[in-house]
Amino acid sequence: MKQTEILVICTQQEILNTIVRLINANETMNGTGANTLEQAITVFKSASFDMVLMGAGLTSEEETEFENIVARSRSKIPVVHHYGGGSGLLFAEIYECLGRK
Amino acid sequence: MVLNKNKKKMAQTVLHQAATRDKSDHGWLKSFHTFSFGMHYNPERINFGALRVLNDDWVSGGKGFGEHPHDNMEIISIPLEGALQHEDSMENVAVIEAGEIQVMSAGTGIYHKEFNKDKDQPVQFLQIWLFPNQRNVTPRYQQLRYDNLMKANQFTQILSPNKDDDGVWIYQDAWFNLGKFDKATKVDYQFKNKANGLYVFVLKGDAKVEGQDLTERDGFGIWDTESVTIEAALDSQVLLMEVPMNF
Repeated sequence: MKQTEILVICTQQEILNTIVRLINANETMNGTGANTLEQAITVFKSASFDMVLMGAGLTSEEETEFENIVARSRSKIPVVHHYGGGSGLLFAEIYECLGRK
Repeated sequence: MVLNKNKKKMAQTVLHQAATRDKSDHGWLKSFHTFSFGMHYNPERINFGALRVLNDDWVSGGKGFGEHPHDNMEIISIPLEGALQHEDSMENVAVIEAGEIQVMSAGTGIYHKEFNKDKDQPVQFLQIWLFPNQRNVTPRYQQLRYDNLMKANQFTQILSPNKDDDGVWIYQDAWFNLGKFDKATKVDYQFKNKANGLYVFVLKGDAKVEGQDLTERDGFGIWDTESVTIEAALDSQVLLMEVPMNF
């Protein structure tokens, strides 16, 4: 079964670790973390993802820069703002996004 | 088709009866979720405007939530019975008890833990999350006692977007009011912002809102209107949450 590949961006390493751990606890999903804009761009260009969760910490200019890179890419995957920093809203955000695809 | 310009727009409503809420039972924690939370996902129950989480939590004596993170969310706790011990990464150490309200603007990220202060008795509290109107704000904490300000058969404002207004403040154009009412009391609520919606949550008793009968822990959202009439069918306690519908 193909796993849903999710790129998570958050500059707070401990929150990033928590979100990736929660995603990877689900056997149908695989999370990859990035804690800077540069790292997010590198990771995004090096692998194939189904969605991006934009967590806390990037400036609005950095968020826009990343969203523009995604929009210009062939994949045009959805970039969803993540809220809450933990398990509370995480899976609803993922299911909502995947349901819209 | 010719529309009558003077015709009032019909208010829109949504009813969430208490029995239709999802439930999480971890033994030490029982939580009823009005909206999708954790592993519970219902696409029909995601949010009411900026109101994203309304959890009705019961935590056993001495138990609680270990350290965990939050970001970009306005997190409001309202104990209804008992007291919570709170500690966070901003070095706040506090006890919040029934009659108080606590807000954390999680912003760029905070860590906190909260436990039932009493070793024997359960604590019962509402955990309410609103989407913020700004992402990545500097985290902040506020706690306020409101029960000494309450008057019988009136709503008391306990939250607003304004630092110098009554109650705690948050990064969202939202207003919360709480009231205790004797049976047959009728009160009107005027919206602060006509573009907002109002979510009515009955904490105790029975109430009628714009003709809709509500019982304990029912939720009722109403928007596209400027005022709402709330009538206590029994001695009742009601929480009103006015929130942006578009944000």
